[in-house]
Amino acid sequence: MTDLVVEAVAAAHVTEWAAVLAATARVAADLDLAEDCVQDAYAKALVHWRTQGVPRRPGAWLTTVATRRALEHRRRADVARRKLPLLIPEEDVADQTFPDDRLRLIFTCCHPALSQEAQIALTLRLVCGLTSAEIAKAFLVKEATMQARITRAKQKISRTGIPYRIPHLSELPDRIEAVLDVVHLVYTAGSERAIDLARMVRLLLPGSAEAAGLLGLLLLTEARRAAQIGEELVLMEDQDRRLWDRELIAEGLALVPEAVGPAGRFGLMAAIAAVHAEAECWADTDWPEILGLYDLLVARWPSPVVRLNRVVAVSYVDGPAAALDQLPDDPALATYPYLYSTRAELLRRLGRSAEARAAYEEALAFTSDPAQAAFLQRRLTRDV
Amino acid sequence: MGKYLVMIYDDEAKWAADDGTVMEQNHKNHQAFAAANGAAIRGGGQLDDSTTATSIRSDGNGGYVVTDGVFAETREVMGGYYIIEAADLDEALAIAKQVPSPMGGVEVRPLVNSD
Repeated sequence: MTDLVVEAVAAAHVTEWAAVLAATARVAADLDLAEDCVQDAYAKALVHWRTQGVPRRPGAWLTTVATRRALEHRRRADVARRKLPLLIPEEDVADQTFPDDRLRLIFTCCHPALSQEAQIALTLRLVCGLTSAEIAKAFLVKEATMQARITRAKQKISRTGIPYRIPHLSELPDRIEAVLDVVHLVYTAGSERAIDLARMVRLLLPGSAEAAGLLGLLLLTEARRAAQIGEELVLMEDQDRRLWDRELIAEGLALVPEAVGPAGRFGLMAAIAAVHAEAECWADTDWPEILGLYDLLVARWPSPVVRLNRVVAVSYVDGPAAALDQLPDDPALATYPYLYSTRAELLRRLGRSAEARAAYEEALAFTSDPAQAAFLQRRLTRDV
Repeated sequence: MGKYLVMIYDDEAKWAADDGTVMEQNHKNHQAFAAANGAAIRGGGQLDDSTTATSIRSDGNGGYVVTDGVFAETREVMGGYYIIEAADLDEALAIAKQVPSPMGGVEVRPLVNSD
């Protein structure tokens, strides 16, 4: 019985946290107070659900408890006077939560007046309900550092008056892009909550092709995880495709047509992932198609990493020698291990072993990921 | 509502190179900005050249070091400001985006206890 309650609370943490916090923030008029009240409601759930049973709508139960506590608090100390940005009239308090509330919360966390690292940290904290310790772990920084970063970001919200609202239509395209960037960075930082977040954003922004593209991209990437990461990194070339998650692939592929229409950045990345997913085996990969998509992506998003990934596609269309000539020479990549491992792979395919070995060693020097390091070690000891 | 200081940062070298046409247009643009946002504007002014600036720093021993020049050595210096009143940062940013600043940009900061 106990386990069922713990599981129910844990499940409600994943699925309901953002909605409960968003609804509570509307009445608390202060993000810190709202967070305290929501944490308190989850703690109460552990006790009350044991005696009363798990409610039919856990989110509504948690919202009622958390908003009631926020109201009590506000009646006692009228903090709202100084916390202008989140102030709303009390009669707005609803017993249920609206998707708009979550969207407001996400847009507040991803406001352009906040630094991008603050946007990511706040999204993980306020939308996903992660602790500072968990966020710090994902970003390889000390917990105290992350705590300070989150505190500063919350202060900027309350002191400058960043509003708790969905942006105007005219601002929406830019702001959606910021939100999607944050969700993508949350995924690349290794947080398990990124896909939940991408699903949520997609539900909340049904008209956004890029939201569909981002979710598709994450699903198609995640589908390969079991085949890719073990003790050591496995290149897609060597992956056992039977380990790919067919359900995630099917869900991801279904999103791609919607995403590639306007051909935004995430739509194109999802389309590239889809070409890989649709190949029966490595040899069947449609490289000209992938290169074509990379050309569009580079035109739209000429980041050094994208240009580097395009070079890999070039190597399978025009050969490794042509690719070697096109490796980006960009200071932004100076300590990026994938630049050196890509060069090493190209040199290895050309039979230039000594140069390949030197490049693998450079890659190893900049790698902090153990699985990637193990892969590079094996290349150095056996394959070159 | 809160009050915000909108600081106009300019590259003075660009102003020095102007034959007067940008300046004349800029005056008109500021008049238009003030007319369009009169309800929000609580004050404002144009600053003299940064060569007229004097900086004061505490010397850490109860005294001051007074020096010629602007506080921070950057290419773009503050050339003028508005004090505006807005419901939230987004409203303040929407107004600040209309502030003419053809040689640089603006910085927005809330005034403390400005209710």
